[in-house]
This record gives sequence, C-alpha cells and structure tokens, in this order.
Amino acid sequence: MIDVNALIGPYPFRYLPHPDPEVLVRVLEREEIEGAWVGHLPSAFYRDTNAGNAQLYTALAPFHRVLRPVPAIRPDWPDWQRALGIAREAGAPAVRVYPPQWQLGPGDGRLAELALACGEARMAVLLTVRFEDLRQRHPLDVAGDLQAASVRALARAGKDVRLVVCAAGREFIEEVHWGLTPEEQQRVVWDFSWVWGPPEDHLAKLFGTIGSERFVYGTHWPLRLTQNPRANLDLLPPELVGARLAAADRLFDGRGQDGG
Amino acid sequence: MSDEPLIDAHAHFLHAGCGRSDWREVNASRLRAGRAMGITCHVASVLGTFGFSSPTYFPSPRDVSAGNDAALALTEEHGPLVRMLVALNPNYGSHALEEIERFAGRGAVGLKLLASRRCDDPLLDPICERAARHGFPILHHIWQHRRREWPNQEISDGVDLARLAQRHPGVIFILAHIGGGGDYHHTYAAIRDVPNIVADLSGSGVDRGMLDDAVGALGSQRLLWACDITMETGLAKLRALENTGLSSADDIRDIRWRNAARVFRLAEGQAPSAGSRP
Repeated sequence: MIDVNALIGPYPFRYLPHPDPEVLVRVLEREEIEGAWVGHLPSAFYRDTNAGNAQLYTALAPFHRVLRPVPAIRPDWPDWQRALGIAREAGAPAVRVYPPQWQLGPGDGRLAELALACGEARMAVLLTVRFEDLRQRHPLDVAGDLQAASVRALARAGKDVRLVVCAAGREFIEEVHWGLTPEEQQRVVWDFSWVWGPPEDHLAKLFGTIGSERFVYGTHWPLRLTQNPRANLDLLPPELVGARLAAADRLFDGRGQDGG
Repeated sequence: MSDEPLIDAHAHFLHAGCGRSDWREVNASRLRAGRAMGITCHVASVLGTFGFSSPTYFPSPRDVSAGNDAALALTEEHGPLVRMLVALNPNYGSHALEEIERFAGRGAVGLKLLASRRCDDPLLDPICERAARHGFPILHHIWQHRRREWPNQEISDGVDLARLAQRHPGVIFILAHIGGGGDYHHTYAAIRDVPNIVADLSGSGVDRGMLDDAVGALGSQRLLWACDITMETGLAKLRALENTGLSSADDIRDIRWRNAARVFRLAEGQAPSAGSRP
C-alpha cells in the first residue's frame, strides 16, 4: 500500500506538529504503509514553486527508498517544462497542481498542456480538492475548493492523462465520474481521505457504484490523522472487506491493483 | 484496550418519519459499525425529523416529540446498548419542559440542545434549571468559533456556551463535536477555565494536533470519545489517542467511557461493559 497524499512542511494557516520526513517515515512504518508520494505543502502557496521543489528533493533524499517526491509545477510559470524535466529525473511519480491557489479556472489550456506533458512522461497529475474543512478556514484563505469541472476538463484532455484526485467527498467524486465517458473515467483515481464511512456509508456506496479499483490510498498527512483511511476500510460492510484498490504505481499500465 | 467499554457520547438514529427510505439501513449501519469498533453504548438523540417536516436545527414541537418517541423506542429495543438524550427546541419553552418530564425516569440520561437559539439566551435558563433538578447533562450543538451567521442554524460557540455554563454551575454541559466544524483552538481557549463544560471528540474533522491540543488544554478527564455522523473518524481518533503518547492507559479509559459514565450518571453496574456487548 502506498500513501499518495502525504506532504511535508508547514501550513500557513495553522500549526502542524512535526511535518517532517523522518516523522512521516516512522508514521508509515507504524501504519504498515510501504511508502508515500510526498509533496511540499508550502509550495502550494508560493508564487514560484521551483524553490519549494528544491527543498522537497533535498529533504526526501535521505529517505528515497520510502518517500517519492511529488513536486508542484505551475503551468502558467515560464519554463515549466524545465521543472517537469527535473521532476522526471528525480523519479517523481506525479506532479502536484493547485488550480484554485493559482487562479487557474476549469478548462484553462495551460493546465491541459501540463497534463498532456505529464502523461507523455508517464507521470500523473495530482489535484487537491481542499486542505481544510471550509468551516475552519483562515480569513485570508480565500482560494476556495477545486471545482469538479476542472477535473472533468483535465480528464478529457487526452488519453495519456492520469489524474489522482485527493480530498474529495462523495458528491464531488460522483459529479466527475458520471460526467465522463467510460474511457475518460479510467484516467482518474481518487483517494478517500475525505469520504465518509458509516453510518451514511459513502465509501461503501462508491465502492459499489463506481468500483473500488478507482480508489487509491491517501492519508492527507500531516494535515489529517493517518489512521482515518484505514479506519474507513476497516468499517466497510462485510461484502466489501478486502475490496481491491488501484495500485498507484501502475496507473499507466491500465491493469494494476493493490490489496485493500 | 479492546476489552474495555466504549461509549459513543454523541450518536444519532433515524426513524420512519425522517422521509428517508433507507432509515433502517442507516441505523443498522451504525449498530454494525459500533459492534466492529467495540461500542458498548450509543448515547443517542433523534433530532425531530432531520429536516423532513421541519428543519433539523429548528424542529417543530411535533417533530421534537416524534423524534424523542423514536429514541425511546430504540432504548426499549436495544436495552443498555442505546441510551437516549431528550432533544429540545427552547423556543417552545413549555413544550421543552414537558418533554423533559415525559422522558425523565424512562431511561433518558441527558438533554440535547441543537442550534435553535443562541445558547446564552435566557430562554435556555428554565431548561438548565430543570436539567439540574434531574441531574441531566446537556449536550449542546456547537460551531467552533462562529465568525458570522450560517444558514439553517442559529449557531453558538465555546464563548457562548461558557456564558451559559457559568450561569448554571450545577449542570454539566457537553460541548459537541470539536471536529464538527470551525476552529477548535478557539474553543479550547474559551472553555479551559469553565470546569462544568466537557467536550466530545466527534465530528468529521480529523486534523492532526486536534486531540493533542484538546488533551493539553482540557485534560483527559474533560473529554468524551464520540462519533456523531462519521464513525470512521471516531475510530481514527480512538486509535490516534493510543498513538499520541499524551495520555496514559488510565486517561484513555477515561476518554473511552469512564468520563461518559460519570457525566451520564450510569450507575455502578449499569455502565456498559465489553462483556455485555451483543
């Protein structure tokens, strides 16, 4: 099992205890998670993400067997292609993009161009619906949530695009999934770090409707408790126990699955 | 720790009048997940018709009564596995007091106030006085740090509840769901020095640091483990409590069930044990 939704570094709007790679490695070991795709949290709020990416590569280097970098690349920043090349050289499995924080709306051609370039390089594009619950946001945190329309637009950009969408709830997932063709649906996987379990059983309903193989494991550490997605799986109804998830590191071969 | 009792201090059930065809499935799912988690007692309220014939947070007197009847029926069906709180709308003061009397002595272990009226309003005083007479704690729906009005509820926060609690020092108030939305850090500061307020840990929020700071600000003896409408977050917090290193095994027992048994006055021998789990 791989955690696709981990981050390091501080968050501008609240204190996070120990958002450090060495702590993350210990947490993964405790939770019996093999490894993580790791982004640099402050980079979401940097104008120029290149400095944050450099920090990320340096911080993760001692832990390269367990932690893989997922740099943030702005497609509206000059020479982003160079940043993508560096990411590929660094073994990044994906690239993080933050359309709300960068004020890139649904259908922005620059996002599609980046997604296509990532696909050509066999790198996924990782999107974050939200960092925090709407009700607790800092007055200066006005970017808003990622729009489902942004995900649909990117999923339609081309056949080689692969999207990992993190921190979505049931309604968002359903709006995107059923708004895509079956072929386009195969380009999108979801983490379930923000999907509700019992008694409303949103996760069980999604596993039953769109399929567990459209989901990957993500914790949203260090913003959220690592224990949450595991608890959600442990509380699935009996008929879904052991449901198979998508294998995050096999998104481009179209057949990978991981143990649930 | 898995053999220890586990009390969910903030649970809800649905009933046929809620307008949902799947109400039985939702209730069954709560009980099934509860069994999987080791919950030995769901302290539950039914909030009118949950919006079907009057708003969830502004239930009509008729819906309040229907919900309380449904809660009582659940306690009768499930025995000590389900205990009820009497839900009230303080805008209908006489009805609220009648509801308290209707269920006192019939298994109710406390009162539940929603967001029908800001909680420091004098309208709540007669209810609190009646709670004191019966020894009932009051679980109050809370928005952690209200900075503006939100639709469909008249929200209260920790500062508001502190004012009410200071007027009624003989009543224990349970501040609802520190993970249920808003800034819990504001709450900790607001209620730290008001000893007759305890807080429940429920809510969909599972922010790292939330539990650590709750233990640090309030101490383990003022925290009640709970789920509300997301049980996976309850399980995650339960597991996290054992990983934070901030609480001793004895502290965790307090949070799991001993504080709740004290607050809800579950008499010696009535406190649900793992051995009584169905």
